[in-house]
Amino acid sequence: MIGRAVTVVLLLCVAVLFWYLATVGTQTELGSVSGHYVERGVVENRGSNLVTSVVVNYRGLDTLGEVTVLFLSVAGVAFVLRRRRRGEGDAGGTDRGPGAAAPASELVQTGARLLVGPMILYGVYIFVHGHLTPGGGFQGGAVVASAVLLLLLADRKRELPHGLMSWVESLSGFGFVVVGLLGLAVAGSFLANRGVLPLGTWNRLFSAGLIPVIYVLIGLKVGSELAALLDVMMRGGEQAAAVSHGDAGASTVRHESRVDRESRERGGSR
Amino acid sequence: MIWTDVLVCALMIAGAVVAVVVRSILSAVILVGVVSLMVAYLFLRMGAPDVAMTEASIGAALSTVIFLIALARTRGGA
Repeated sequence: MIGRAVTVVLLLCVAVLFWYLATVGTQTELGSVSGHYVERGVVENRGSNLVTSVVVNYRGLDTLGEVTVLFLSVAGVAFVLRRRRRGEGDAGGTDRGPGAAAPASELVQTGARLLVGPMILYGVYIFVHGHLTPGGGFQGGAVVASAVLLLLLADRKRELPHGLMSWVESLSGFGFVVVGLLGLAVAGSFLANRGVLPLGTWNRLFSAGLIPVIYVLIGLKVGSELAALLDVMMRGGEQAAAVSHGDAGASTVRHESRVDRESRERGGSR
Repeated sequence: MIWTDVLVCALMIAGAVVAVVVRSILSAVILVGVVSLMVAYLFLRMGAPDVAMTEASIGAALSTVIFLIALARTRGGA
């Protein structure tokens, strides 16, 4: 009863908030900071894509933070799943887990063989052209990771080059910071764009100074991180299943009893 | 605003409501992915291709897949 009252009050608050936002209306004129970005962005950075010049140059430090957040979350997932694998191995190691599933269908395998190359190429295109066309490091990296996902779906036994991936990931993260410090040393501020590399001609691939360099680094980093995340999530269970099959009797019984208990509890609560 | 936008908005709201109400977690995950894809379309219509790409690749594709993997590895996959 009290929970329902709280819900109603919260919904009323949200309604008032939305009413307030709707009546006040959205901002239609640029403020001083956004006005500077829009008016001077192309002149200062020679990047055709204004969004990129904001994300990578004016708000470059935020982007470094975002990349760090992604790195930490992937590291957390890897840590948790590794721990479980070495432990008692009941991390959902059921027979329906993705590791123990039947081999992929002919359609998926053939499709993966056809599509993985173009997908990786497209992802690389997105982050290399981040300063010219919509998209950039994060989007391109996600497309590359989708290609790796397709690869893993088509062939579950495939081993990814973990050493290479972790090197690419670490070096690109390191490179981002080095580029930032280069700006500090040459142009006087962290991640500064002017003066480090020539700005080049507007709307050409080699333009916009450091922006394409940083976006390539971000693309490589995000791509390898997300690919590693998917690999850990799909592969972590496989090892766990293998462990729990090793001591088949005990863990199976324990697992069944857990399922029974849960279904009974669910039945009771209904 | 043209009628396809209205249609997409209506489908999006319906999909989101059904995703909350439906009992099967698998259906809810798929519906959230579909809603995400429609949001990406709306971002594109409103002239934000960068955000649309992020939403389509991360929101619609990778998040859905991560949810599905997690579902398959827990008792939700039963």
